[in-house]
Amino acid sequence: MGKFTNSSVGKKILMALSGFFLLFFLLQHLTINFLSVISQEAFNSASHFMGTNPVVQFLLQPILIFGVIFHLSMGIILDAKNKASRPIKYEKVDAAANSTWMSRNMIITGIMVMAFLALHFYDFWIPEIKDKFVDGIWDDTTKYYPHLKHKFADPIRVTLYCVSFVFLSLHLLHGFQSSFQSVGFRHNKYTPLIKKLGNIYAIAIPAGFVFIAIFHYLNQH
Amino acid sequence: MSEKKINVTLKVWRQKNANDQGRFETYDMKGVSTDMSFLEMFDVLNERLINEGKEPVAFDHDCREGICGMCSMYINGRPHGPLRGVTTCQLHMRSFNDGETIVVEPWRAKAFPVIKDLVVDRSAFDRVIAAGGFISVNTGNAQDGNTIPIPKENADKAFAAATCIGCGACVAACKNASAMLFVSAKVSQLALLPQGRVEATDRVLNMVAKMDEENFGNCTNTGACEAECPKGISLENIARMNREFLVANLKK
Repeated sequence: MGKFTNSSVGKKILMALSGFFLLFFLLQHLTINFLSVISQEAFNSASHFMGTNPVVQFLLQPILIFGVIFHLSMGIILDAKNKASRPIKYEKVDAAANSTWMSRNMIITGIMVMAFLALHFYDFWIPEIKDKFVDGIWDDTTKYYPHLKHKFADPIRVTLYCVSFVFLSLHLLHGFQSSFQSVGFRHNKYTPLIKKLGNIYAIAIPAGFVFIAIFHYLNQH
Repeated sequence: MSEKKINVTLKVWRQKNANDQGRFETYDMKGVSTDMSFLEMFDVLNERLINEGKEPVAFDHDCREGICGMCSMYINGRPHGPLRGVTTCQLHMRSFNDGETIVVEPWRAKAFPVIKDLVVDRSAFDRVIAAGGFISVNTGNAQDGNTIPIPKENADKAFAAATCIGCGACVAACKNASAMLFVSAKVSQLALLPQGRVEATDRVLNMVAKMDEENFGNCTNTGACEAECPKGISLENIARMNREFLVANLKK
């Protein structure tokens, strides 16, 4: 296993696999968030389930935290190695002639998304952990919706939230289809479909999160 | 297309030897024929430098017909210049404008150290090949070519991968100085054929290990290599190498 994880190809395969996991996570997160637009009760009960179900709490959540930390730290390690592979830079580079901005700046868009995660943890995850593990409140099934509504009353927070999702979108525009290439899935028939699906996913998912934030900002009664 | 004469300014990387710091030097080229190849323009420059008693610019070149892969010049921010699917020797001055400044640099990669001026040491590629880019066959009479049937599609893909001339443009173009397009082409040309399948597992493991040891960077799927490859080697080969590597790791 060490041989695999130490090799460049092995690392990129692991990067893709953690990426796939995060793609599923985003879809699930958006689905539950979207309930807040449709029904306050549905959002509260879905959030309560995610917040108290032992499988989610003690199996999926640790895997998610590991996945995020792994994806970030591996990204930083790979980027450092890649920069070291060209110690003397070119005087003139016409990078736009052969590759997209998104593909070249995954580390920047990725770090911006991680910076957003810090705010996100401060806003939602830390209060939730405090409620459960410090104050011992596990059975409040109605707190989630008002908490969400309250956070999205602040225009600065909503703006930061929206900007972060632009970075996520840029990250996904390359990351989605790139993950398939990294694990070796490339096919004349399916790869063009994966690229289209990737573009749809990369725009629709962040747009969904942005919509929810703006929706609640505009509907503060 | 009728011949024209243009004036260009060359900004060329000059470096005495591997230990020298190196610097850019500027040369005015007057009345350059648009029918000249880029290397012929360098021949003219070098003749002038020799006549002036100066050191000519060292650059690699051999066949001058796009098959040897020697002419490694990074021109105006792109390997082999502004055209796609060509080497530097196939690039002509008609691709440039009158009055243009052209920046010419060597391949930049830790794995390709500069020897002199625009000449780099690409022997890291040879060591990657030596690590597994071969098949082991007994000597004796060659067997009949049709003994092992091979699907035409596979034969074509293997041949397309085998057109790689090892010029290093993929490494030069990649923002990570990754050699994966080269290595994957060499893995693929053999992995696609029955004769190459026999040693496929060891081959991919050994070649990837050597590639990493030579300090090439990682692949981030930007696709710059494929876009700049003079032989149009496809990213499909990198996907195949990733698959081969994954399966080989499960076996060994």
